[in-house]
Amino acid sequence: MNLETLEESLLELIRVTSSTLPEDVVRAVNKQHDVEEEGSNAKYALSVIKQNVDLAKEKSAPLCQDTGTNLYFINCPQSFPQLDFIKAAESATIEATKLGYLRQNSVNSLTGKNTGNNLGKGAPCFHFHVWEQEHTEVRFMMKGGGCENVGAQYSLPHTGLDAGRDLEGVRKCILDAVIQAQGKGCGPGILGVCIGGDRGSGYINSKEQFLRKLDDTNSDETLKDLEETIMDQANQLGIGPMGFGGKTTLLGCKIDHINRVPASYFVSVSYMCWAFRRQGISLDIDNKIDQFLY
Amino acid sequence: MIELTYPYTEEEVRKLKVGDTVELTGLLYTGRDAVHKYLHDGGKPPVDFTDAIIYHCGPVVVEEDGKFIVKAAGPTTSIREEPYQGDIMKQYGIRGVIGKGGMGPKTLAALKEIGGCYFHAIGGAAQVLAQRIDNVSNVYMKEELGSPEAIWEMHVVKFPVVVTMDSHGNSLHQKISDQSKENLKNLCKDDI
Repeated sequence: MNLETLEESLLELIRVTSSTLPEDVVRAVNKQHDVEEEGSNAKYALSVIKQNVDLAKEKSAPLCQDTGTNLYFINCPQSFPQLDFIKAAESATIEATKLGYLRQNSVNSLTGKNTGNNLGKGAPCFHFHVWEQEHTEVRFMMKGGGCENVGAQYSLPHTGLDAGRDLEGVRKCILDAVIQAQGKGCGPGILGVCIGGDRGSGYINSKEQFLRKLDDTNSDETLKDLEETIMDQANQLGIGPMGFGGKTTLLGCKIDHINRVPASYFVSVSYMCWAFRRQGISLDIDNKIDQFLY
Repeated sequence: MIELTYPYTEEEVRKLKVGDTVELTGLLYTGRDAVHKYLHDGGKPPVDFTDAIIYHCGPVVVEEDGKFIVKAAGPTTSIREEPYQGDIMKQYGIRGVIGKGGMGPKTLAALKEIGGCYFHAIGGAAQVLAQRIDNVSNVYMKEELGSPEAIWEMHVVKFPVVVTMDSHGNSLHQKISDQSKENLKNLCKDDI
């Protein structure tokens, strides 16, 4: 395996992810900017966000100073050398930190010491999925602390929300999460939701929803309807960009489900800020970037 | 758009109200968790905060040719300073605060008393905001607190913010929170 080429490809992936908002997200921001009322604080917030998107791309500089938790989702054939990949990704991370694409953002939870290079126990975070195809796709996400702090997990039934173990209960949980997140987490936000699973698998699945494009359609008719309902109703809450009030509280909502045990019924909600930094690449046979995925 | 220039006087700031978009020009001091606790515990301020604005921000700063260059400088969440903010403003004559997410009743009461404002910067807009920082003239307590927690003395030009808490007892955050909860109640009455 050509590790040097792979490292170069991953460094470029980090650079683009840090500095360039994906096209599907840019389209959503632009659309909502047009929807907000002229002269409103909501429109103002979205216009500053648009300026920031352009400036970061132009300067190849981080969209936001919090370059977040670094998450990799890799789809690879069975023969793919995962340990070599991790080595290359670690080298790319060190280099990206030196170049200022990443802030020194990894802190030892016991000692409080910043490792200074974004490596450490559990950092970066890798999720490998073996698939039937011959080539490898690498998706990368930088998830900031502000939005991660407002994620929420509900165990149904939930008395306080009057939420039972059905889709109506799920809807109440998701809208509650939006209410709780307001003003924090830098809205307008994007929700990734998992119905079911255990506490761990539910949160991971909810994060994987961010890998979907904002303008895709859920193949499950029930979930498609629920996603549309959440978008419609959350945007009626009047929270708006930055919590300034307005029509745009969410830019997207993506929901999936996984099986649960009879005793558990979790609804896991991950919140992504407007600075939705995720990108992906498919690798060619020499580990060069074949194409960007978003 | 309202232009406001350092020193930020009580007279000028009392004219501001929730919803105003403002561009600040002049001196800003960064200060976040550690600085607020230090001052609240009785620590001596290393700078004169009179009629100044404190910015809840842990910037990315590099030193190039002996000069500090700010690479990214968006706001951090302000509510963590709620236990300290009002007292410190009153004690040292701080005129305003810049941050994100808003603050609580104790700070709101202090703003009313001293004629201060809470200015909301756009969260995540680290490049737009860094671009408006003209220069960094000094840094205080960097050794003790580390770079993100230090007091950076910055000079900004047309730094864009929105007034979300004013000196008349109004908080946009409280208002939006109350309204959105009311809206949610109505949405939860209906079935899908």
